[in-house]
Amino acid sequence: MTGSYAELARALLPEAGLMAGALLILGIDLVWLRTRSSTLRLRVAAGIAAMAVMAAMVAVWLGAGAGPVAGGALVLDSLAVAARLGVLGLTLFTLGVATGAPAPRHPAEYVAIMLFATAGFTLMGAAHQLLIAFLALELASLSLYVLAGFDKTCPESAEAALKYFLVGGMSSAFLLFGFSLIYGATGSIELPEIAAVLGRQASSPLLEVALVMILVSFGFKVAAVPFHLWAPDAYAGAPTPSAALIASGSKLAGFVLFARLLWPALGRAVGVAAAPRGGRDWLLAVVLMAGASLLLGNVAALVQRNLRRLLAYSAIAHAGALLLGVLALGGSGPAPLFYYAATYGLAALGVFGVIAGVERVGGCARIEDLAGLHRRSPLLAACLLIFVLSLAGIPPLAGFFGKLSVFMAALQLDGLAGPVGWLAVLAILLSVVALYYYLIVLKQALVAAPAPRTPRIAVPLPAALALAGAAALLVLLGVFPSLVLARF
Amino acid sequence: MSLLPWTIYLSFAGALVVLVAGTRSAAAARWLALATTAGGWGVTLLAGLSFRSAPGLQTLVDVRWIPELGVRYHLAADGISLTLVVLTGLAATAGVLFSWNVAERAGEFLALYLALVGGVYGVFLSADALLFLVFYELAIVPKYFLIARWGSTRREYGAMKLVLYSFAGSALVLTGILWAQAAGGGHGFALADLARGGFTPAQQRAMFALVFLGFAVLAGLFPFHTWAPTGHVAAPTPASMLLAGVVMKLGAYGCLRVALPLFPAGFAFWQPVIAWLAVAGVVVAGLAALVQEDFKFVIGYSSVSHMGFVLLGLAAANARAVSGAVLQMFSHGVIAGLLFAVVGRMVYDRTHTRRLADLRARPLHRWLPFAAVTFVVAGLASMGMPGFSGFPAELTILIGVWPVSRTWAVAAVAGVLIAAAFTLRAIQLAFFGQTGAMGANPPDDGGDRALRPLPPITWPERVGALLLLAATVLVGLKPDLLLNWIVPSLQSPLLQTALRGGAP
Repeated sequence: MTGSYAELARALLPEAGLMAGALLILGIDLVWLRTRSSTLRLRVAAGIAAMAVMAAMVAVWLGAGAGPVAGGALVLDSLAVAARLGVLGLTLFTLGVATGAPAPRHPAEYVAIMLFATAGFTLMGAAHQLLIAFLALELASLSLYVLAGFDKTCPESAEAALKYFLVGGMSSAFLLFGFSLIYGATGSIELPEIAAVLGRQASSPLLEVALVMILVSFGFKVAAVPFHLWAPDAYAGAPTPSAALIASGSKLAGFVLFARLLWPALGRAVGVAAAPRGGRDWLLAVVLMAGASLLLGNVAALVQRNLRRLLAYSAIAHAGALLLGVLALGGSGPAPLFYYAATYGLAALGVFGVIAGVERVGGCARIEDLAGLHRRSPLLAACLLIFVLSLAGIPPLAGFFGKLSVFMAALQLDGLAGPVGWLAVLAILLSVVALYYYLIVLKQALVAAPAPRTPRIAVPLPAALALAGAAALLVLLGVFPSLVLARF
Repeated sequence: MSLLPWTIYLSFAGALVVLVAGTRSAAAARWLALATTAGGWGVTLLAGLSFRSAPGLQTLVDVRWIPELGVRYHLAADGISLTLVVLTGLAATAGVLFSWNVAERAGEFLALYLALVGGVYGVFLSADALLFLVFYELAIVPKYFLIARWGSTRREYGAMKLVLYSFAGSALVLTGILWAQAAGGGHGFALADLARGGFTPAQQRAMFALVFLGFAVLAGLFPFHTWAPTGHVAAPTPASMLLAGVVMKLGAYGCLRVALPLFPAGFAFWQPVIAWLAVAGVVVAGLAALVQEDFKFVIGYSSVSHMGFVLLGLAAANARAVSGAVLQMFSHGVIAGLLFAVVGRMVYDRTHTRRLADLRARPLHRWLPFAAVTFVVAGLASMGMPGFSGFPAELTILIGVWPVSRTWAVAAVAGVLIAAAFTLRAIQLAFFGQTGAMGANPPDDGGDRALRPLPPITWPERVGALLLLAATVLVGLKPDLLLNWIVPSLQSPLLQTALRGGAP
């Protein structure tokens, strides 16, 4: 290994900060707070975690632009910095959402595991080597399994965790198998080295099997059809802040990691992005996954009565559009993909935050449970309006420009001559279908009268700040998309 | 002129202020909303006074917005957009006056209303295709909530249908524009840049079909017009005034500003189809209006019929027909506003029925003389009587269409006759169903609340109606006021390509 340990320590400062924060939370809770109310313990833990996350953001900011570190195991290019800042920001908002949700039985452990997951996400954003990539993914995934099953009193939560764990474990196995085949084919685990070797040698069946393995795992991670079946159950059963983290930070980190694996490393194994040759490239497989996700996600969301399942199917549809960004990455760079994934995560997280707020005074499973939200909590209703409209892609919110930049990148590959262009057209037309189910949600929240004897909702200050901040950020990034797009 | 962008900012700022004020007092929200819309209208009139006509768009603001995507924040105006922003200001002001009786969540209602108005101003002033679309989609969402929350008669169905049709239209436009931008070499979205894209005729045909159809859905092109009557009937009065009066014009304006100049060869190919669909819209919607049992549906279908004239004028694609089409946009905006105001606010809010059979049983011309007179005058204007704005508008269109195709012109004249028939039928049934002794002395049976005299017309209604009536008479007597703005604008290089390429 070349490179000094000081350099490595500097590059890993954000992760170190997160770990220190997690240990501090566990220690303080163990020593001083065992006998206090769980709400207080949650507040203290979330407060420390928020400071750790902000410290990590500062560390990322200061360490930007260092190039490959630790002999190329990590890379701190603009995408890595953006991805790390993005997942840290999403975790910060998720922490705010968590303070608004009913407190779990072991609040300190819950928050600490969130920080572990976040450390996994930030590593995923910077990983430039197969081994680091796999370890980061596992750190994040194992933490998320625990978070999904954290509500031990609720059978749905256990079911969500089990499904998520079984499917995720299998996907990890696929990924590891794929990685080992790539190592066998190229003799390296460094992404640039793999690319260089692949550029020299002809395509081999071994490599194709490896590609299929990696794509299967990718599909599981981002919930793309046909590997999406875990998502509705996980979204519906997991505690709300866990679902928010699965929908936001995990998704952003997953897309960044796999975009890096596919393009810089395995990009040499493909032809022209616009016109994949039949069967031999991973591009065609991604095209099919994207198209199927767009169709199934949007159509299945139409018939959902359960709000969280609706969000899950909308997430599948968004994953389809994000795959379009992965396809277009070779032509237009990672800016559209990152912008879309980050702003999508922010909006999805926000909707879960609103659900968490409603759950303070009762269930929030069916869409009808939102009825009369404008009376019960004008703040939650206004935030929900912005989050859902951003998901629907209505200007001037960030969701619109996310879709726009991805579709433009897709169309610029080869206009309508290739399948990617047609996929963009399909996505634009399906956005009309999507608007229908998003408006159904908003109709309940903003138009319908509240059910009799539903109490008003008091949102605690940190949660209110997080939701209002997320909504304001969606408006700001929508009115000035260049704030993000110009960073690449 | 340089103040025109403030119409947009004023409306959105007003929306926020009204939303906050509405939580304290509905009256404050109303006055603030009136001040906002009147201020916006004042700005447009000032701009009209200082307007020096020149061919082509006169830039108001042009700054980089999203350089990574090639989008500029470019606002510009010419005589056509000026005509339409003046209409927007007038219709918005009148709409607030007719919303004076909205009591429930008045602040939110007026905030959504002002947001819609702001989006409409933005569309009329955009010179960048993507900015155009941003404002266009921005104006879609408020419509849903205005109708679904404050509407009547199957309001949730009407709202969803209207919004999905509009959004489907904008999705088609987005597809066409993104494709054109990519095919043109990936430069910016400025209309002037896109027009130099050098598309092949086959590409132009497909792109024009996408963009034109997308916009024409909102303009009520037959057979994609069915959202309009249901949506406008379900909407609360101020929203129907704005929707039929101004928002439908967004579609026609988009056809004229984006579809025609960018893809002239595509337009030449589709011209006969568009013209025939427009004529079919004029006739079919007119016939549908003739048999409606619901008073508001008569007006809803009449809007589609009148918008058919606008589309026919655009399809004829010569300077005279197009200037007539723009004049008709203004004229119909004013007249539709008046008609919806009478039906929705003056009659329905008092009688709580819109069935012509029920209205026929009451001597409304005695009980609501102001409403009756307003409706008769607006009906005459709608029929195209000389002296009102509908006459010069439809006449200019017909004169422009005649040299292009006599068949279209004759068919459209049939539409004028049908318009006279359904308007007279509505006047007769709604206001003069009971005349003579029966009308003079309404039966005093005490128990039947439906037959009691009605609350008198309030001052905001009178002011709003008089404003709109004055506008239709003024433009009817002196159409030059607007034609002097419109006609020079048609000399712009962008439009000239379309007008030449479109002539058979």
